[in-house]
Amino acid sequence: MSARPWALLAELTHACPLHCGYCSNPLELTSRTSELSTEQWAEVMRQAGELGVVHTHLSGGEPLLRRDLEGIVAAADAAGIYTQLVTSGVGLDRARLDVLAGAGLKSVQLSVQHAEPRASDRIAGRRSFEEKGRAAAVVRDVGLPLGLNVVLHRDNLDALDDIVELGLSWGVERIELANVQFYGWGLLNRAALMPTREQLAGAREAVRRWRERLPAGPELVWVVPDHFDGVAKPCMGGWGSVSLTVTPDGTVLPCPAAAALPDLDPPNVRDHSLGWIWGRSEAFRRYRGTDWMAEPCRSCSRRDEDFGGCRCQAYALTGDATRTDPACRLSPDHGLIRALTEDKGGERPKIRHRVPGRAKGAAGRV
Amino acid sequence: MSTAPGTDWRPTPAPSIVRRHDPVRGDDLLLRPERVGVLTGSAGVVVELCDGTRTVGDIVGELAGRFPAALVATEVPAFLERLREEGWLR
Repeated sequence: MSARPWALLAELTHACPLHCGYCSNPLELTSRTSELSTEQWAEVMRQAGELGVVHTHLSGGEPLLRRDLEGIVAAADAAGIYTQLVTSGVGLDRARLDVLAGAGLKSVQLSVQHAEPRASDRIAGRRSFEEKGRAAAVVRDVGLPLGLNVVLHRDNLDALDDIVELGLSWGVERIELANVQFYGWGLLNRAALMPTREQLAGAREAVRRWRERLPAGPELVWVVPDHFDGVAKPCMGGWGSVSLTVTPDGTVLPCPAAAALPDLDPPNVRDHSLGWIWGRSEAFRRYRGTDWMAEPCRSCSRRDEDFGGCRCQAYALTGDATRTDPACRLSPDHGLIRALTEDKGGERPKIRHRVPGRAKGAAGRV
Repeated sequence: MSTAPGTDWRPTPAPSIVRRHDPVRGDDLLLRPERVGVLTGSAGVVVELCDGTRTVGDIVGELAGRFPAALVATEVPAFLERLREEGWLR
């Protein structure tokens, strides 16, 4: 059997009080009635623990909208899995967090959209900044480690200093500065979200300064903007290599964006065990390792470092998931990325907020 | 990273850290948000003694009976200091 997975991304629900246009959830969001039951999630956690998973990120959508969240946390904890809640903070009060911590919750990652309240609310598509601040205080009071997660794009990259200051004032231990990736709603809004090269250079320099100023932390994680660096990201640490994603309806994916690959035919926990899915399913074996690669990846010295980049991005841009990720400057399709990142000036399209129900005319390749 | 501790340092895992055995891989692990530390070889035995009651000297003393003493005296304090710098122990 191939190496065992370390981490499970559990997308418990696609329901969310926020409407961020950069969301990587698919355009066709799963309805609440199609979600796995408490018992099914508990079984997923039990099997994940047996398979070797030691970390789970309880995410969504907004996982707090699952009223049975504490039961799912308890099941993961019983399986020996370290649990992290990934939340917008909306609905996270002291009573709820006490129950979750009692069930074994180990850490919280809070999203914020901007350091300035009105800008954060505007990007989120609803008033939420104040509640996030209160949620951060509650997490500190309960004594759980707190991380901040900020998706960076054109409308907030210039506020990087303020974002780090916000994290400091909220007492976080880690700030994930995640340059936007273009999947799902983020792909739909690509033109609106795309930063400029100058913005990225400024933000990168700001991160360097903060790291120098704060050697004792919080830890600043800079998730690279692969469209600008000319280097493909080592997507998911390799296909079916270190982690798996279970979506709200029980579909199991090697990467949260892989639902966009039309012929993947991903397995579901309702039909198969996680062990079979990880080790035997065609979906998890398809791009595992390096045998599937074509040139220029096949003979490239970096093939075991970046694994050919991202399959979903190769598909989104070229229509062929087996091609080298166009983000790589060695890709014959790299011109596609260069064209996307060129600042053409003029008016930018407005961000379309994430809402349930298929975005009209937006499905498929963009 | 805080300043280096004195000789009375009694190492213990930082509050958010879970130490557990991983039966699938056969090693002890240290877990914290977004990170896994795999304690291979005798590292698991060393960290098991970091319970906040023993000083580094105590730990070296206990291990010296089980492993070559000269090796323990040089390698264990350096290993514990590295874990402290990386935020696993305090």
